[in-house]
Amino acid sequence: MMALLARDLKLAVRAGGGFGLGLAFFLIVTVLVPFGVGPETALLTRIAPGVLWIGALLACLLSLDRILALDWEDGTLDLLATAPLPMEGIVSVKALAHWITTGLPLVLAAPVLGVLLNLAPGGYLWVLVSLAVGTPALSVIGTFGAALTIGLKRGGLLLSLLVLPLYVPTLIFGAEVARRGAEGLEVATPLLLLGGISFGAMALLPFASAAVLRINLR
Amino acid sequence: MVLRVSNLEISRGGRAVLEGVSFALAPGAALILRGPNGVGKTTLLRTVAGLQEAEAGEITGAGESMAYAGHSDGLKSMLTVAENLQFWAAVFGRSEIEAALAAFDLRELAGRLAGSLSAGQKRRLGLARLMVTGRAIWVLDEPTVSLDAASVGLFAAAVRGHLAQGGSALMATHIDLGLEEAAVLDLSAFRARPRAAQGDEAFL
Repeated sequence: MMALLARDLKLAVRAGGGFGLGLAFFLIVTVLVPFGVGPETALLTRIAPGVLWIGALLACLLSLDRILALDWEDGTLDLLATAPLPMEGIVSVKALAHWITTGLPLVLAAPVLGVLLNLAPGGYLWVLVSLAVGTPALSVIGTFGAALTIGLKRGGLLLSLLVLPLYVPTLIFGAEVARRGAEGLEVATPLLLLGGISFGAMALLPFASAAVLRINLR
Repeated sequence: MVLRVSNLEISRGGRAVLEGVSFALAPGAALILRGPNGVGKTTLLRTVAGLQEAEAGEITGAGESMAYAGHSDGLKSMLTVAENLQFWAAVFGRSEIEAALAAFDLRELAGRLAGSLSAGQKRRLGLARLMVTGRAIWVLDEPTVSLDAASVGLFAAAVRGHLAQGGSALMATHIDLGLEEAAVLDLSAFRARPRAAQGDEAFL
């Protein structure tokens, strides 16, 4: 398990591994928004939490098809399936590696990009917290989508279409935590719901992903 | 551990390809599967490896003592030869890769990225992976594809060494490896009979 995690992280940071792609995309999206909506600082302050969440979500989506497709193409998944690792463990480690290489950099970059969007002073902490709690769910749900579309040629678009609706609850509660935090309101309720979604997804979806993967490997 | 396959029926794409396949593979023995393209060699090997479910029949003794090598080698082009092997060794809870590197003449390539190897060298690395797993039963699908004569010799020597240590090998190959101890099983004899009552045709 640790070997698989270490290998995935190593592959991500080597040439062509795609580390930083999501982060660069996130940066560009957040920089483009002020150009699009114009230089009204009050408006930017109001939409900043939502923009940061949507940017992070799309950046996360960008790298989902790499989670399993590369290992499927070169036969690694077949060999892993015959190795003494439970399939549930394999998909969990894959999701964790995706979170470390994509989700975690987004979490850390979001407060910095908040400056560009004139985020309210109280919002920085809650943007960070909501993304830290919410992005693991994005990786786990994305791994499930990747398992569903494995083996399909050009499955990337289908993967996005399948996964985006599943991201809706995470987005709603995540952006709500960030918005309430920025406006200085109580954040406990949406934060608890966001945590519930994240932990629920982490606990249950690996079983679904593993089952789907076993069928797709046949 | 004896690998025993009894009365196995397998299908590919919903169509039965083989039925009544039975054989046993004792430690120290090798069995070579033969048969024309499409007869079901790969499907049979994938079923034995547990990647596919059998329609009927039973497989015992595989599972935890089996190492599978399919058409693709599962190599990462951005990892070096040694890193690839170390990864697979670690997955199987081991760390020793020197013997495997030596057996397939990969020592000098150990520091090279797997992506820069030739097709035959990649295949040798894929086969070396079997040795680092430490598993007793090797299940091999066309192991000699893209190997030159010298490499086939290395592979035959590795298989012979594996058998001598009490391992066993089940493989689909058309090349004569010169393994005197290997038995040959022709799968054409087990072709599934076309059935009248299969699918929609039954309603016609």
